[in-house]
Amino acid sequence: MTEPVIRIRDLSTRFGEVWIHKGLDLAVERGEMVSLVGGSGSGKTTLLRMVVGLLLPDRGDIELFGEPLFGGGIARERELRRRFGVLFQHGALFSAFNVFDNIAFPLRELKRYDEDAIHDLVMLKLSMVELLPRHGRLMPAELSGGMVKRVALARALALEPELLLLDEPTAGLDPDRSDSFVRLIRMLGEELGLTVMLVTHDLDTLAALSTKVAVLAEQRILAYGSIDEIMHIDHPFIRNFFLSERSVRALQNSGLPAVPN
Amino acid sequence: MSIARIELVVRDDERVVRLTGLWTLATTSHGATGLAAELKDAAQPDAGWDCLGLEAIDSAGAMLLWRAWGRRLPELLLIRPEHRRVFERIEAADHEPRPVSAPISPLHGVIVIGSATIGIGRHVADFLALIGQFGLNLVHVVRFPADLPRREISANLYKSGVRAMPVTALVGFLIGVVLSYLSALQLKQFGADIFIVNIIGLGIVRELGPVLVAILVAGRSGSAMTAQLGVMRVTEEIDALATMGVQRGLRLVFPKVVALIVALPLLVLWSTAIALIGGMVSAQVQLDISYGFFFQTLPRVVPAANLWIGLAKGAVFGMFIALVACHFGLRVRPNTESLSSNTTASVVSAITVVIILDAFFAIATRGIGLPM
Repeated sequence: MTEPVIRIRDLSTRFGEVWIHKGLDLAVERGEMVSLVGGSGSGKTTLLRMVVGLLLPDRGDIELFGEPLFGGGIARERELRRRFGVLFQHGALFSAFNVFDNIAFPLRELKRYDEDAIHDLVMLKLSMVELLPRHGRLMPAELSGGMVKRVALARALALEPELLLLDEPTAGLDPDRSDSFVRLIRMLGEELGLTVMLVTHDLDTLAALSTKVAVLAEQRILAYGSIDEIMHIDHPFIRNFFLSERSVRALQNSGLPAVPN
Repeated sequence: MSIARIELVVRDDERVVRLTGLWTLATTSHGATGLAAELKDAAQPDAGWDCLGLEAIDSAGAMLLWRAWGRRLPELLLIRPEHRRVFERIEAADHEPRPVSAPISPLHGVIVIGSATIGIGRHVADFLALIGQFGLNLVHVVRFPADLPRREISANLYKSGVRAMPVTALVGFLIGVVLSYLSALQLKQFGADIFIVNIIGLGIVRELGPVLVAILVAGRSGSAMTAQLGVMRVTEEIDALATMGVQRGLRLVFPKVVALIVALPLLVLWSTAIALIGGMVSAQVQLDISYGFFFQTLPRVVPAANLWIGLAKGAVFGMFIALVACHFGLRVRPNTESLSSNTTASVVSAITVVIILDAFFAIATRGIGLPM
């Protein structure tokens, strides 16, 4: 299994007259936790949406698990989409369903389990994201921000994905909640052997979660490597992003060596 | 190789079930019931379980085993530690089995009727409060004309008035043609051709014009108003307005009601005129009644009072359509289901209210404008 989980080749995207990506390449190996960083409007979320097949690139192709995202009939596309889970920035829970039904939805869509089995699996997912069975009866509107993220994570994990994509997993959470959510993702990622790709602005999240960092700048992946390697690259964006006073503090807190100037 | 396999090994009088392959959601879910039955057969109380040959197991696969084992780990179990962790997680999460839904109470019928009554009572109370609020806003605007939400009123006039002109014209014209055509067929038999002017004139000016326009506007603008307020509620925009000290009654409800009170009579006038033209054209084709005769006869057989009744109806219908739409819009709870059910309820209620009001008008004005 040497095939990368995500392989992006020569990807180009244009919004109107502006090129967002130009000849972008990236290959994410199994088991990696990759943080995608970049300035505002550098096309991080756009890239993530392309990886999950919500947007089509203008040029280039994306393969997941060695297979193209599109083509080969509905059954194949559906099968492929069941191998990854997505956590949207605002959770994207179905507002008309309660928490239980939100998590049960992908399992019911499979049409292979009876309600008893679905109940057991949903309860297991709830406990995996550290929620209680009674939370299953709540409606999305009654949840706090942190709980929305947890439920969304449980739903993303419902089909036992191999790949998890997270869009700003800690945006809108207070530092405490954000820490515990990051811990949860890391624990589940390690235990379930997930490959994770996340978009984040938050250095704490980045330092705590990622084994690799992909820097998106100048319309391509400027650098891809461990945090340590990335920080030694001399580039205005990287310097700005990692070596500002605030960043250094965040990285020090996470136990990574601060870079000598 | 990548499937879930069960192998039963009987050595001396020891039974060992050997599980190999991939036990994941992808491999076990296809034949989940068959696999579960197979496991159930194998799961004798004295059986030992050898899971060392497992390539991978995820929580869906583990749950299948867990259920076959009777929700506990078997006494004789060989398993790799990383796989045992999966079961430990399940064990930690284990709980009471799925609750059976409570039996229907013998008082179910009473409860349904009671809660429906309370629901209707609440609707009526809220609706009366909304009307009261509108009255208060009206008084406020009269006292402080600067607070009149002019831009909102003008925007609503345009959206629900001007933009509704093409569709009301089309429907009005066709109704005029149809009514005239059907009446002509009957009148011809009695040689009472000239009475077509009376029928079309009275029917359209007094009755059909206002009701048709009201139903169209209820479907068009009423649903739009409910959906707009509902989404504003879902996205907390109404709360944001409240924190800025903007009264939602004055800024959101008042302009809509005022706009429809003004726009609906104008639309009634417009579509009544077009419907009369439609009727006139059809009468000319069918009964050879000239346009000139139609024009001359119309004011004689249809007293002007009918037009005023039609316009008054329009204003009242407009007010209630907007109030009903706002009433349901403000009741939307932050989920998609509530939005759709309230929008449906809004349109249905608005049309029903229009018909009921029309009946009241018919009784109240029975002595006015009808040539005896």
